[in-house]
Amino acid sequence: MDGVHDMGGMDGFGKVEPEPNEPPFHAPWEGRVLAMQRSMGYAGTWHIDMARFAQERLPPQVYLSASYYQRWALAMETNVVERGYAGADELAAGHAARPGKPITRKLTPDVVKQGMTRGSFYRQAQGPARFKPGDRVRTKNIHPATHTRLPRYARGRVGVVELVHGCHAFPDSVAIDKGDNPQWLYTVVFDGGELWGPDADPTVKVSIDAFEPYLEPA
Amino acid sequence: MADHDHDHHHDHGSELSETQLRVRALETVLTEKGYVDPAALDAIIETYETKVGPHNGARVVAKAWSDPAFKQALLEDASKAVRTLGHESRVGDHLVAVENTSSLHNMIVCTLCSCYPWEVLGLPPVWYKSAPYRSRAVKDPRGVLADFGVKVSKDIQIRVWDSTAETRFIVLPMRPAGTEGWSEERLAQLVTRDSMIGTGFPKTPEEVA
Repeated sequence: MDGVHDMGGMDGFGKVEPEPNEPPFHAPWEGRVLAMQRSMGYAGTWHIDMARFAQERLPPQVYLSASYYQRWALAMETNVVERGYAGADELAAGHAARPGKPITRKLTPDVVKQGMTRGSFYRQAQGPARFKPGDRVRTKNIHPATHTRLPRYARGRVGVVELVHGCHAFPDSVAIDKGDNPQWLYTVVFDGGELWGPDADPTVKVSIDAFEPYLEPA
Repeated sequence: MADHDHDHHHDHGSELSETQLRVRALETVLTEKGYVDPAALDAIIETYETKVGPHNGARVVAKAWSDPAFKQALLEDASKAVRTLGHESRVGDHLVAVENTSSLHNMIVCTLCSCYPWEVLGLPPVWYKSAPYRSRAVKDPRGVLADFGVKVSKDIQIRVWDSTAETRFIVLPMRPAGTEGWSEERLAQLVTRDSMIGTGFPKTPEEVA
């Protein structure tokens, strides 16, 4: 979806402000949110793409004004309710009123290490890769109303395939409960001028990781 | 918490209590439903606070600086190479190391959310997740570097890697001059988090003398 989360190339957000000696968390609740996210992921409740899509669906003014972990919490509430893990009434009350849904497995202290390891996104290829390193490709000009990982600034642009990462679960499909729909994944590199026009810094190149359905030969 | 303006660096005042209450309600419900175990949440938080951090990545970089075979393995398949080092946070399948040279400077960003190589660098800093960084890194990387007080000469090409899938990138910075014969442990002290994101350089021997 063409949301405010797709920030690449936007102006007006100001300077980057590094924080010296930044603590791991700025408030204890941030750690709780992160740990709940990991636990719910381990429990097989929803996929990371569904978490991202729930964030993208936040109203723009909320997305922009909430902090990172606040967005996570809001997206978690969305998925908890939409997927039937708890009711909005229960979240509002702060207590469960009904029994929970079955989960695949529960993250307990003895398996925390496993719970913090990223799963693999590799999937069985459904066919040969269409592109190889060195191929010129054009990204499609697509504007799906749902989740996609093709950023706006890199749509309809000509680049070169640099790396082939194997076949991966396709976020555009996973995020809307349409299954893994495995797709080949490539690093595609663009000249700055192709993305930002003749005034672009000629010494800059930018790459994205693009799934095969985003690309056509150029 | 959704209805309030929010400073991305801090929580304060009534907003803190609202967010706290809402997160506490969520945890209570998820716990009562049997989905999460508060003791496991404590253990996860402790791991992120004490065990996973840029020191893991620094070890990787220092080893690549000292061991040419490891460096080659790292650039060929970073997931596999890093796994041999036995990290606290085990590395998944999709890590890629990109090498800075005298003619190329790499920078990592995620414009769509905040994808970051947690396994080797720990929790992402607030600036990495912020709108200014996410919006400008792909369009004006030299301007972003200037915000960090970093200048990369114009005869060096800048390559920005936008982490739009599950691939995660770590920059292999250039080994500082004057470190010949240094041990891996000593070299690791020069490797900063930002040098592995590409918004900084490693420290010089003088800086740690």
